[in-house]
Amino acid sequence: MSYSKTSIWQPMSSEVASLSIWGAFARQFMRHCKSLVGSPADAINPLLFFFMVVTLFPLGLGPDPQRLAGMAPGILWVVALLSSLMVSAKLFASDYEDGSLEQLAMAPYPLAVLVMGEVAAHWIATGVLLALVSPVFATMLGLSSAALPTLVASLMLGTLSLTLIGAVGSALTVSIRRGGLLLSLLIIPLNVPVLIFGTTAVSEAVIDGNTVSWLALLGGLALGSLALLPLAIGAALRVSLDN
Amino acid sequence: MWTIIHKMGSPPWFFRISGVLVRWLLPITVMLLVCGALWGLLVAPPDFRQGNSYRIIYIHVPSAVVALAGYYVMAFAGAVSLIWRIKMADVTMRAAAPVGAVLTAIALVTGAIWGKPTWGTWWVWDARITSMLILLFLYLGVVALFEAYENKTAAARACAVLSLVGTVNIPIIYKSVDWWYSLHQPASIKFTGESAIDASMLYPLLLMIVAFYCLFAVAVLLNMRAELTWQHRESGWLRQIVSGA
Amino acid sequence: MQLLAANQVAIERGERRLLAGVDLSVSSGDIWQLVGANGVGKTSLLRAVGGLARLGVAGEITRHGTMLYLGHHAALKRNLSALDNLRFHPACDVICSDEDIISALAAVALAGYEDRPIGALSAGQQRRVALARLVLSSASLWLLDEPFTALDVDGCAWLEERIKQHVAAEGAVIFTSHQPSRFGELQQNLDLAAYVV
Repeated sequence: MSYSKTSIWQPMSSEVASLSIWGAFARQFMRHCKSLVGSPADAINPLLFFFMVVTLFPLGLGPDPQRLAGMAPGILWVVALLSSLMVSAKLFASDYEDGSLEQLAMAPYPLAVLVMGEVAAHWIATGVLLALVSPVFATMLGLSSAALPTLVASLMLGTLSLTLIGAVGSALTVSIRRGGLLLSLLIIPLNVPVLIFGTTAVSEAVIDGNTVSWLALLGGLALGSLALLPLAIGAALRVSLDN
Repeated sequence: MWTIIHKMGSPPWFFRISGVLVRWLLPITVMLLVCGALWGLLVAPPDFRQGNSYRIIYIHVPSAVVALAGYYVMAFAGAVSLIWRIKMADVTMRAAAPVGAVLTAIALVTGAIWGKPTWGTWWVWDARITSMLILLFLYLGVVALFEAYENKTAAARACAVLSLVGTVNIPIIYKSVDWWYSLHQPASIKFTGESAIDASMLYPLLLMIVAFYCLFAVAVLLNMRAELTWQHRESGWLRQIVSGA
Repeated sequence: MQLLAANQVAIERGERRLLAGVDLSVSSGDIWQLVGANGVGKTSLLRAVGGLARLGVAGEITRHGTMLYLGHHAALKRNLSALDNLRFHPACDVICSDEDIISALAAVALAGYEDRPIGALSAGQQRRVALARLVLSSASLWLLDEPFTALDVDGCAWLEERIKQHVAAEGAVIFTSHQPSRFGELQQNLDLAAYVV
């Protein structure tokens, strides 16, 4: 196989069209979706983790169905939070190591928008997937089926906030060796409101109380995170690239 | 106005001014602390319900108030450093973080000491103490992040981003913990009874709060001077100040 | 046309000053090589003028037009094919058709390898996939960090030709290399030893 010596470079056949900012976002989103499809372990492992840790609770607390059912909202949400921590730890790591982050920083688009493509792909693969699968584990813990739709909704909205906050932590610690534990230290305090609103929404659903306000609060947190955190993520990534 | 801000950003100028400030502020702080402590611990009357054990609030409340304010000072310094790239703001932020963390720890410990005679347990998950605990985690996160970065300029920038994100979250965290607590509160026991506080107990409390603010300022200034001394250890103007004036 | 103007640039890493007083002006048709011993700061300077490194960089840097940066890392995802990697490359700001990408890969002697995952290629082949960007990109200024490393004789010849073509078409190149000048009269050298603090 030899380098073409005669025609090394020809003008491109297609029209050289510039990419819009939305196009650039979509391109990064597709890149990470394809990468996740290529190695499905990245999406399946958090689910398995969720499954196994949920199993630890009955083993630790005893199999009494009433007690488990009472604790189910809290257990499910805490484990979802831990699962999200696990995902966040790896969020920007591969892009940092293979130099993709550098390239993203050099691209003529705002870094915050480009990395949102990656964050969005990870949210769908881990957060949304988790929310959709959660009723299975909830039933194992004895959560009443009336609360299942609220559980799914709360996890969908909540994991969006968790993923965004996790992305901030990941962006700050990606250039540090063994930054995983530090990431948890940084993220856990910021995740407390999401945890509280999420568990309360599900608990209210069990007793057929007012779930709408709690879901609305979760939605508010999600939208607020979506509006403000990308800036922080972009700034943090540039700092990490400079370390 | 820019010249004033520019001046404040110059290490030699800061060193001179802070030297004067500390020389005055340190004795004032000590005086305020001693007066406040004596007033609160000895002179103020004992509480109707709690007797003398309530007196720990003269340390608990000021340290909690200043710890929370300190986080905002730290975040503000971080914002100044991020937006205007003033290096002195970096130094302020670095100096404020451990001081705030220690004050939060003092608030938690004194809270526990207060809890034992009042409620019978060393720890109780009430709204304010839980929020204080989360504040401690936020502070420790900033300190840990700074230590983890090798390049200290990048470290300061990262801490600025983190403390700004934390600042936006603090009201949300506080409110959510408040709601969490009121939802799960056991019906029989009320941990944080808000009775109106009498003037004879309020004034020493306010005095102690002022004293703690002064203490915070002194500690931060001393920290900053130490950091600047290390950073500029080889420059001429520092030797001049230390040996001459 | 002036593509880059750097005035009195100083670079610090943490508390250490690496370089000070660097002046550099790059216009269309220029080839610049940053020369210096290991660790003097060639990569740091390249990243600084490119805008990647911002902390600890003092001085004025103005850039016109788009840039392409090729660093030590290839920025390729191991589980994606070469075609996919180039299709979705993070720094690409144009829409390339698949035929263009395939012919670019053919130009770097990787015809037929388009659909293999990058993880299955050798290090040299991965490097060539990264170089294929030089065929697809429309950026005017190229910043190349040690581009000739890990290339065989044919590869180096190809890269030299490509660079010459690029500057003939009103582009410019700044590169770092340990090896002495390859472009003779065409290139200008910036010796960083003169700017070490």
